[in-house]
Amino acid sequence: MSRLSIEGVGKTFPGVNGGVSTQALLPIDLAVADNDFITILGLSGCGKSTLLRLVAGLEEPTTGRILLDGLPVEGPGADRGVVFQSYTLFPWLNVRQNICFGLREKGMAAAGQREISDRFIAEIGLRGFEEHYPKQLSGGMQQRVAIARALANDPKILLLDEPFGALDNQTRVLMQELLLGIWERERKTVLFVTHDIEEAIFMASRVVVFTRRPGRIKSEVRVDLPHPRPYTIKTSPEFTALKARLTEEIRSEALAAS
Amino acid sequence: MKRASLFVPVSHGWRIGLGIAFFVAFVVLWWLITASGAVPPQFLASPPQTIAAAWQLFAQFNFGHDVGMTIWRVMGGFVLAAVIAVPLGIAMGAWKPVEAFFEPFVSFARYLPASAFIPLLILWVGIGESQKLAVIFIGCFFQLTLMIAMIVAGTRRDLVEAAYTLGSTESGIIRHVLLPGAAPEIAEALRQVLGLGWTYIIVAELIGASSGIGHMITDSQALMATENIISGIVIIGLVGLASDVLFKLLNRRLFAWSHL
Repeated sequence: MSRLSIEGVGKTFPGVNGGVSTQALLPIDLAVADNDFITILGLSGCGKSTLLRLVAGLEEPTTGRILLDGLPVEGPGADRGVVFQSYTLFPWLNVRQNICFGLREKGMAAAGQREISDRFIAEIGLRGFEEHYPKQLSGGMQQRVAIARALANDPKILLLDEPFGALDNQTRVLMQELLLGIWERERKTVLFVTHDIEEAIFMASRVVVFTRRPGRIKSEVRVDLPHPRPYTIKTSPEFTALKARLTEEIRSEALAAS
Repeated sequence: MKRASLFVPVSHGWRIGLGIAFFVAFVVLWWLITASGAVPPQFLASPPQTIAAAWQLFAQFNFGHDVGMTIWRVMGGFVLAAVIAVPLGIAMGAWKPVEAFFEPFVSFARYLPASAFIPLLILWVGIGESQKLAVIFIGCFFQLTLMIAMIVAGTRRDLVEAAYTLGSTESGIIRHVLLPGAAPEIAEALRQVLGLGWTYIIVAELIGASSGIGHMITDSQALMATENIISGIVIIGLVGLASDVLFKLLNRRLFAWSHL
């Protein structure tokens, strides 16, 4: 059975003040298996983020249903960890308190919170920054804390919405390696939205390509590159071939949209 | 190219020095005006006369008691207003129906001049302490409520969403996102409204009181003692400034994260 199944899920946003409604997502089907790392690749505004927000429970689908371990998704919850594109750490909490936020909401004892936060602080390489506040961290560090905060809750699935979109290219690549390393160790199920083709291939076991808006699934591409994946894999012939193919698919959408 | 000057911060020492410099310039100008004889001394007392008058007020006329009374009234009325305005403002900011219910009335009441209530309040509760507290309350409450409602309504939605995905319930969001996020701005609103309270108390004391800084000022008017009036005004300014500085320091201490 799949961990996450998306069945005929579509989303239409009503028009503002009686204006024209916007169809963001045509009904789509997608099954995500346990331990899968799925990247959703598409142009800006194609509805890929909408899909993620629907899975997170932050929006309600207009059609269809979403099942997590067979149970319907009704509203947001701790079983789906989310990392947003914008920096959403709580500015009044330090790094450790941010990572412990979900654990505190669960009512976990302080000792347990400490143990888990210690583990994830080490995992994201921020030992020595436990007492720092978000404003004292770089963008890349903030997103690492956001990943740790989501993982500390031990969610069934991790949802990431272009989490590295605002970072410079070098930091971005380091973050991809870090996240991939975490995934290889923790074996989480991941749904990762991006418009960056290289990022989509590098991280994924499967790339789902979206059409332009209204979004639907255009194609799915398996990525059978071995793990662990060093960044040098980006120059391998297999990687290059996948990149050429996906570039073609995205380019045709961009052309049609413009 | 010329070095930019817009928004360039000044050092702590310079900041204090510049701040004091204007006070000095102001006093010097005041002194020159009185020393030149352009204004008769019975209309405008000179700085030394004012200081002497203040000394005399404290030493001989137990003015400390008046200052104490005035501070007590401002704080009393302000605390009463805050105790109701803070929770009400938070509720209005967090729940739209609550806002829809109260906002129009509070917006209307905000424009009612607190000073104009003084004659009515004297009729209702006399010229005792409850009248003073009521004036401060009317003057501060509506303003404060609206400010707090606006601050809470402006809570970052992305933080609220993040908290929901981390498993927060609605009460968890209010306690762990709305309140800590809005707290520094609420404290700042309280500081500003306390300043408003200071202007109202003097008006209330001018009209009907048997003690307080405003009462001393009305008494001195009858005696043409402008040096007393001016000392009274300066002392109000100083006490207001002190309370403002204390409030600011407290806010910086309590909410260090928002000043990073």
